[in-house]
Amino acid sequence: MATRTTIIALAYLISAVLFILGIKGLTHPKTAVRGNLLGAMGMLVAVVVTLVSQEIVGYWMIVLGLAVGATVGGVLAVKIEMTAMPQMVALLNGFGGGASVLVAWSELIVKANAYGVALEKNSEALPDYGTLVAGLLAGLIGAVTFWGSLVAFAKLQEFKSFKKPFDYPAKQAINAGLGVVVILLMVIGIMTPGSVAPYFFLVVVASVLGVTLVNPIGGADMPVVIALLNSYSGLAATATGFVLNNTVLIIAGSLVGASGVILTQIMCKAMNRSLVHVLFGVMEASEGSATADEVYGGRVKSTSAEEAAMLFDSASRVVIVPGYGLAVAQAQHAVRDLTNLLESKGIVVEFAIHPVAGRMPGHMNVLLAEAEIPYEQLKEMDEINPSFAQTDVTLVIGANDVVNPVARTDPKSPIAGMPILDVDKSRTVIVIKRSLSPGFAGIPNPLFAADNTLMFFGDGKKAVLDLLAALKE
Amino acid sequence: MGSLTGLNTLALIAEASAQAESPPLGLIAGLTVFVLAIFVGFEIITKIPPTLHTPLMSGSNAISGITLVGAVLAAGADHGPFACFLGMVAVAMATINVVGGFLVTNRMLEMFRRK
Repeated sequence: MATRTTIIALAYLISAVLFILGIKGLTHPKTAVRGNLLGAMGMLVAVVVTLVSQEIVGYWMIVLGLAVGATVGGVLAVKIEMTAMPQMVALLNGFGGGASVLVAWSELIVKANAYGVALEKNSEALPDYGTLVAGLLAGLIGAVTFWGSLVAFAKLQEFKSFKKPFDYPAKQAINAGLGVVVILLMVIGIMTPGSVAPYFFLVVVASVLGVTLVNPIGGADMPVVIALLNSYSGLAATATGFVLNNTVLIIAGSLVGASGVILTQIMCKAMNRSLVHVLFGVMEASEGSATADEVYGGRVKSTSAEEAAMLFDSASRVVIVPGYGLAVAQAQHAVRDLTNLLESKGIVVEFAIHPVAGRMPGHMNVLLAEAEIPYEQLKEMDEINPSFAQTDVTLVIGANDVVNPVARTDPKSPIAGMPILDVDKSRTVIVIKRSLSPGFAGIPNPLFAADNTLMFFGDGKKAVLDLLAALKE
Repeated sequence: MGSLTGLNTLALIAEASAQAESPPLGLIAGLTVFVLAIFVGFEIITKIPPTLHTPLMSGSNAISGITLVGAVLAAGADHGPFACFLGMVAVAMATINVVGGFLVTNRMLEMFRRK
């Protein structure tokens, strides 16, 4: 039977290589579809060889689980709206973490029983501490991922009771207390290798911790949370790999863990926030900053579709800055039509994408790709910032803090030092927005009162459609 | 070149750990694979352009559903009805993760390819 084990191990190696090549394919939009297919093939290889391994005696449970999972996963993947992508990823993360909890649980039951048998034969038998620690870690990380992701999903889906964080006193003290209990249960679990009870209680406490950790986080910090939970779901798989002594789980899990950590860093940097501040819900108070009245007082000019259309007509270069408001209004298709119309008039149109625009990394790019806007037209912040000075009209749709010049000018502001899109440097700025209400940072935006800015109040999609109609006349 | 050498090293170590019989060596080999895989991950993922970050998340998400392998083992092995039941629920959850993740990533990436 040794040959069968070797073949399975080699097949796992092939699937690990396919995962790496798959992720490598994602380095360019042209190779990305193939990359994703390679990853899926890696998964297929891993699952198929596992099915023929000799430990498996019954297939009904497996078939049942596969059928339920494939149906639910398939329906979700086909039905989900592109605007709802962040929720989808949060939910999938959660299921991955939850699966890790259950696998580690089942394996620890087996190991605890085996240890009991070994003790009867030899009273000095040693438990497998490596597996034990890995199992407890898989339970801890998996449970935090599962419940944390469910809370993130509920927030992103905008369930009514999740619109505001649940308020209760001493949040940080309670989290710290739960953290201490987690460490205690880990120690007890390692000291009582013949029992699964500590694991069970650890999962319960970790579940509460998952909820209390994500509960206070909201608004613009959501992309960080999703990226971090993504990383956790990978680490949970890695820990499960240590429990089963299975290299493909370790490799795949580490790749995902690394990916999540990198995205988390990128997001934090783009918001000029430290991870600690995001996780513990710290938002610097905007003391000493100007009030809305001081900033806006009589200086805000509003415009109409007709006036805006005239500005576009005489422009030769236009930059569009999409924000989450565009996604909410489902305005991506209207924006595509606007782009096509402007281009037919010989105007150069580009899109400026801030790293935290939208609710997850790269969210705007997906929405614009859905509307068939070529990715070559989407420019990253560092690439497009120098060109605003040569831009005739910049159209900001539903973005606020990422275009607030205060980040550059006022060192006391809560967003001081945050990298922003320098839209205020263009000749004319037209801002499509429902009202003058502040963004996530809660501060007024002097851009809206600038001499070269015109406010076009209204719903993103309706405003763009009105603009289109005016341009066609 | 760098990542290719990394792949080869990974391959060698994965083989070594698959052959390892004694648990301590398995743990060390596992840790080695873990650390090297993280380096490979950092190398590749820092090269992925921001425009593909959402598909990267959903795609890597699907890959983290690799727990499915462990779930299949737990559901199919002869370890008593409760361990088996846990395995079955785990298979269902991991499959949602895998199937949903790869399909939705494919849907997104097709949009990027269209033009």
